[in-house]
Amino acid sequence: MRKIGAGAGLPLARRRMRAISLKVSPSGARSISRRALPILLIPLSGCTGAQSALDPAGEEAAAVFQLFLVMVVGGALIWIAVVGLLIHAGRRRETPWSAEKAGRLIAWGGVAFPVVVLLALLAYAVWLMPAIRPWLARVAPAPETIEVTGEQFWWRIRYPASDGMPGFETANELRLPVGTRTAFSLKAADVIHSFWIPALGGKMDMIPGRTNMLSLEPTRTGLFRAPCAEFCGTSHTLMAFSVVVMEPDDYATWRRAQAGGNRPGTGEGKRLFAYHGCAGCHGVRGVTGPATLGPDLTFFGQRQTVGAGTLANTAQNVARFIRDPGAVKPGAKMPAFDMLPEKDIAAIATYLVGLQ
Amino acid sequence: MRLIPKDVESLWTLFTAPTVWALHFLACYVTAAVFCAKAGVAPFSFEAMRLALGVVTLVALSGIVLSAYLAWRQWGFGSGDPPHDEPTRKDRLLFQGFATLLLSGLSFVAVVFGAVPLLFIGACQP
Repeated sequence: MRKIGAGAGLPLARRRMRAISLKVSPSGARSISRRALPILLIPLSGCTGAQSALDPAGEEAAAVFQLFLVMVVGGALIWIAVVGLLIHAGRRRETPWSAEKAGRLIAWGGVAFPVVVLLALLAYAVWLMPAIRPWLARVAPAPETIEVTGEQFWWRIRYPASDGMPGFETANELRLPVGTRTAFSLKAADVIHSFWIPALGGKMDMIPGRTNMLSLEPTRTGLFRAPCAEFCGTSHTLMAFSVVVMEPDDYATWRRAQAGGNRPGTGEGKRLFAYHGCAGCHGVRGVTGPATLGPDLTFFGQRQTVGAGTLANTAQNVARFIRDPGAVKPGAKMPAFDMLPEKDIAAIATYLVGLQ
Repeated sequence: MRLIPKDVESLWTLFTAPTVWALHFLACYVTAAVFCAKAGVAPFSFEAMRLALGVVTLVALSGIVLSAYLAWRQWGFGSGDPPHDEPTRKDRLLFQGFATLLLSGLSFVAVVFGAVPLLFIGACQP
């Protein structure tokens, strides 16, 4: 019986390879690569979007992206060189390298090259640090400071008083003027959270009992998403805020409106909001008294999401959240209000979405 | 008179350079961390601290160069090629000298790398 070993299998495999390569003519190969190109490019589309550090919209994010590119390209070139050397080393040759020549290669390629390249990359990264995280003390004029507190599982945002306007609190949506540096004093109410707007800059932890400072400068307007970047409990992944970068004039208008609060308005929803005790935890400036236990809901209808980045902001989703927050967002501190009549929940939801 | 006899057979010389590296790392790291944590308390400026750590770096590098010189001497100034793997006293000395020289080189590079931030970082980040 004939044994089928490597010696017999190899020619067979080679014949098959030849058959395959014969079927693909050069023009055919080109058309395949042309057809494959869009498919190969699909993963690249993941690099853009509202939550991507690879699509920078801020000074700091641009510096981080630059560092990323230099490191990736540098690493890839070194990898190609090392793999090339490996292939070269694995090939059989008539006259092997002398010990002296090999020693020289090791000294240059294994000692001198890494020392110089690592020194250059290290110096480059340290040199870039002020661009990635500007020294606040040296930023002139001193930027305005917005206080952001991480809470399970939402974001409390306090704007300071400015231009005669009083300071105000909002939640889960940050608005910033384009082209202006803003500082953030970052705090945590319960456990460690992390403040990260990938499109604008690097992240900074929010630690209970500490105040961490960060500053960011957006360079283009747009809507961005900022996830909590430190595991903080069951709904960590559902804790995000939206960032709206606006033209300075629009921003000033928005801020004036926010500081002034909502118009009192009338309607069944407004009455029920107070009647069922919502206003005990959630404040609506200009409508209810101050309440800071839960997220402030002033101009809630302008926000992109309900439940800190969990659902789209529609009356239907707001009603769903009121009925049972824990079903939407496990571990949420707000109790379920499924004992309320459906029409009351719907009225409150409509009222909140109407807070424009 | 020699500082350290040429033929001293002790493992301590082997550790000199890495020890200097470790001490330099600690000096830089701890000084900067304490200075920045107690911002404004220290009676000297950040620049003064940078300068002082620069001097510490030069001292550390000098120590490593000295260690390297002694190792080079112990290795017979490169008169013989490694490996020194004969079970003789002479080969043990040469081997140790060569190993110490290599460790000194590594430590020198590491101290330079550790000192790079001194060139670029000019303030504490609050």
